[in-house]
Amino acid sequence: MAYSEKVMEHFANPRNVGEIENPDGVGEVGNPTCGDIMRMYIKVDGDKISDVKFMTFGCGAAIATSSMATELIKGKTIDDALKLTNRAVMEALDGLPAVKVHCSVLAEQAIKSAVSDYYKRRGIDPTPIVGEIPEAEHGHCAV
Amino acid sequence: MTTNGKRLVYADNAATTAVLPEVLEAILPCYKENYGNPSSLYSIGTRAQETINSARETVASLLGAQQNEIYFTGSGTESDNWAVKCTAQMMAKSGKRHIITSKFEHHAVLHACMALEKEGFEVTYLDVYENGIVRPAELEAAIREDTALVTIMYANNEIGTIQPISEIGAICKKHGVLFHTDAIQAVGKLHINVKEQNIDMLSVSAHKLHGPKGVGALYIRNGVRLPNFIDGGAQERNRRGGTENVAGIVGLAKAMEIACMGIDKNTERLTKLHNRLIDEILKIERSRLNGDRDLRVPQNASFCFEGVEGESLLLYLDMEGISASSGSACTSGSLDPSHVLLSLGLPHAVAHGSLRLSFSDETTDEDIDYIIRVLPGIVERIRKMSPLWDAIQRGKIDKDYNIIYD
Repeated sequence: MAYSEKVMEHFANPRNVGEIENPDGVGEVGNPTCGDIMRMYIKVDGDKISDVKFMTFGCGAAIATSSMATELIKGKTIDDALKLTNRAVMEALDGLPAVKVHCSVLAEQAIKSAVSDYYKRRGIDPTPIVGEIPEAEHGHCAV
Repeated sequence: MTTNGKRLVYADNAATTAVLPEVLEAILPCYKENYGNPSSLYSIGTRAQETINSARETVASLLGAQQNEIYFTGSGTESDNWAVKCTAQMMAKSGKRHIITSKFEHHAVLHACMALEKEGFEVTYLDVYENGIVRPAELEAAIREDTALVTIMYANNEIGTIQPISEIGAICKKHGVLFHTDAIQAVGKLHINVKEQNIDMLSVSAHKLHGPKGVGALYIRNGVRLPNFIDGGAQERNRRGGTENVAGIVGLAKAMEIACMGIDKNTERLTKLHNRLIDEILKIERSRLNGDRDLRVPQNASFCFEGVEGESLLLYLDMEGISASSGSACTSGSLDPSHVLLSLGLPHAVAHGSLRLSFSDETTDEDIDYIIRVLPGIVERIRKMSPLWDAIQRGKIDKDYNIIYD
């Protein structure tokens, strides 16, 4: 199994690492048993994601996909962020080994989870807009 | 070692080792001059046969065995499969269909046992507890009338703990049960005597002790009529078919000779390095050493760092020139972290943060200094971006390290 240069570059120098103080939305997906947790913070200005940061516990692909996903949605509208697919994250990283595809799924879900939280904080039911997101659950690992 | 001015520390000797120059030198004539088939009658063939005979004598004497008790194989895995599966096959004829092993054997033994289970054999997997050591009293209690084989590894490949092999050998002898040990991580590191330790079968691999890949050996005590695992020609006294890997066999014997002759010197030197490393690394907050502190080979140090995932740890270490391994799920190619770490009772979340550093005679003081200097910073870097570490620090985890959400 070998990572692309792009994956290694994002892993070595991850973008947007850290926390946002007083975020407008926070999402967390994955769980420690499976060895992957992604937490994403967003700051929203009007309908735009003005800032995004992440914290990730996980493998090289988990860190690289988190980093790439934050880059892809920073400055974009919420609608555009919700359209980001795991496939787009993978393509932007010049691909992932088959056993690591789930990391890109987690990155997509982390964004959706943060946006959901944003709507919840504003008293809006996120489900019709964002759809169902698997919560950070215990004892079940996705391939 | 340095390349382009960058320090390189190879700390994955439990995975494989560099072939020693002396070993390479011993091997080359087998390819260049004495390349004949050892079964042939002309001189380049008979010379090849002589080198095999001499290698067999060397391996036998280093294990305290007779030369006709040593059989060369294609790998340590083949040796393990031969011993486990063919003993089962042999003993099943007298109705014995029970095997005793441990939960943290190498996959070569564990998966062979699981394959036998599918054929109706019953397998007892002994606990190894937090310290990674089989308890002889439990092993004795598990022996039954129909026990065909006890197979317990000599030293564990992931955490380096040494098993009470002499005690187990005595128990098996007392009960008349055959005893096999996978000694792949022990040969050349610990003094072994198959007769004194009542070992009936013992597996060896060359590439773990600075020999070539693709060659191993199985010691089979005279009197154990083990059926063949690989049928073929008359090689290895009709017991293991296939034209001999002459160069490999010569390399195995040479590497084993050098390793076994250096056991005392290397143990003394590496124990000091190993202890210093462990003392320094355990200063890292919420870190732990896997397996018993004292009953371990000094070539192995296995740690877990809470809040850290092993694969990212390995990748950052590699960027600093350190080659190591981990038992995290991400490096094992499966969803679960290593069975060895789980057998110690570690929660999955902790086992994901494991690091195995394994050394050899070539490991220097400077290598250890370098690891001590670099590793804590990498752990800190990973923890800074880890939501699990954040939760641990805030006390927001349960006993299995699941995050408690408010």
